[in-house]
Amino acid sequence: MHFDLSDAYRPRASFVHRLDPRTKVLCALLAIAALGVIPAGRWALFLVMGALIVGVAAGSRLGAGFAMKRAALALPFVLAALPLPFTTSGRTVFEVPLVGWAASDEGLTRLASLLVRTWLAAQAAILLTATTPFRDLLWALGALRLPRILVSTIGFMYRYLFVLADEAARMLQARSSRAARLGKKRPSLRWLGWTVGMMVGTLFLRSLERSDRVYAAMLSRGYDGRPLVFVQSEMRRADWWALLTTGLILAVLVVIPHLA
Amino acid sequence: MLFTPNALHIPDGFLTPFVSLVGWGLALILLLIAVRQTRRQLAERQVPVMGVMAAFIFAAQAVNFPVAAGTSGHLLGGALAAITLGPWAAALVMTAVIVVQGLIFQDGGLLAMGWNIINMGILTAFTGHLGYSIVQRLAGAGRAGRLAGAVAGAWASVEAGAIATSIELAASGTAPLALALPAMAGVHALIGIGEALITVGAVALLQASRPEVMGSAETAPGQKTASFVVLGLLMAMGVAVLSPIASSDPDGLQAVAGTQGFAVQAQGNGLGILPGYAFPLVQNPAVATMLAVAGGVSIVFAIAVILGRAASRRAAGRS
Repeated sequence: MHFDLSDAYRPRASFVHRLDPRTKVLCALLAIAALGVIPAGRWALFLVMGALIVGVAAGSRLGAGFAMKRAALALPFVLAALPLPFTTSGRTVFEVPLVGWAASDEGLTRLASLLVRTWLAAQAAILLTATTPFRDLLWALGALRLPRILVSTIGFMYRYLFVLADEAARMLQARSSRAARLGKKRPSLRWLGWTVGMMVGTLFLRSLERSDRVYAAMLSRGYDGRPLVFVQSEMRRADWWALLTTGLILAVLVVIPHLA
Repeated sequence: MLFTPNALHIPDGFLTPFVSLVGWGLALILLLIAVRQTRRQLAERQVPVMGVMAAFIFAAQAVNFPVAAGTSGHLLGGALAAITLGPWAAALVMTAVIVVQGLIFQDGGLLAMGWNIINMGILTAFTGHLGYSIVQRLAGAGRAGRLAGAVAGAWASVEAGAIATSIELAASGTAPLALALPAMAGVHALIGIGEALITVGAVALLQASRPEVMGSAETAPGQKTASFVVLGLLMAMGVAVLSPIASSDPDGLQAVAGTQGFAVQAQGNGLGILPGYAFPLVQNPAVATMLAVAGGVSIVFAIAVILGRAASRRAAGRS
């Protein structure tokens, strides 16, 4: 039994895939930061950002729709911002019937801008992870000064993620094969929660024991506590050009609202 | 099924770049301390043990139980990790989980990740650990004390993460504190019950089958440092709620003050998750919620201590 845990990486032969991972991380972070700085309601600027992202998606041969669809996953969080139209002052656009809350034009603009920002930022992140193998991505984070130990821990986690997720899936399968569906007479939530806790505890012990075995195997192969890094990558001319172009476009987009 | 989006993962776009960068700065400082502390604790076992345990937390979040109407209860894991591995190791483990969720599953943003790490990694681990050790010390050592501590720690950890999230959203002008705080604190007071049940079940199993695991976590280094850090963070949260600077957005809190009638009305209309959750005497709903949460935490802790003491006395009488 396998969980559907597919890797986010989509191999293609494109110039975006060939860029240095550091370039891609920096460009994505700069784009997300720029999205945050563009003021609410500047739709033309958001449109340019969208075009930029679609351009990168097309250039990476993933297709323009690829990131757009997957980015919608980030949108349910918008629930947290739903009160915005009613709490921002401005010209009233409509009133909610029965309760009489007034939605202001300013608030609606802010909410819509928030949606666009989140959607575009998620697309930038998706393009980053779809064009960069996870191991290269981690290496880039390490090169950009995230603590090395943390980076190797994450790499380790990624390696055993699929193993332990399968272990959890087997436990769930075993549970449902022993206990039929919950019928009309449900057991109490307390009992259910406690039982799941026992399963989690079992999974904990199996994981801890596995980490012991893994460590012993590593020791026997000469591990001395230093992380081994196999990725080698150099900033080439294309990387500097990509950074420069992205930086310039974003800088222009960020400066424009302050010119008028 | 494996991947249930979590209300606490802030996506990009919801926090201003300035707020995001403050979060990353704070997270990096704490992570550097965590790396140093866990090196003392685990030496060269550090990477394999924490890597596999991070994968464990990720897998454990998939083990769920049906609650009602298609929703299911599952673990966040910060408190369990802190109780079993010690606070700093737990912070690193949870950080690895959040980074992987953000990078692979787009669960939470990249620029917002600093705060996600603080909310769900560092704060849940540290409040979980603090709650566990306070209640366990008061309720008495042994099985009953540990179980009572696990309940209190797990519940408090979820609540702390939720409150911190709503404060960060308010500081970015995304959601008014007067609404976000009561809603988040209310919903997560319920989610925290599920967290407490699963955590106490796991701790009970470990206590029965491998008590030395629990013992080794209790001697993990840096417990005092962790307590100072979490008290500092909690105090900062309290100050943020009380001060009008809570909103960097110039019209944010004024707008809230102007629409307070709306907030009060909203609770009456069933938008407020727990009607009467706020004290009637306090005007500002955010401050009222903080007081209510503080009261709720003390009640949960007191009940846990009393039950734990009674149970350990009974166990002592039997032996």
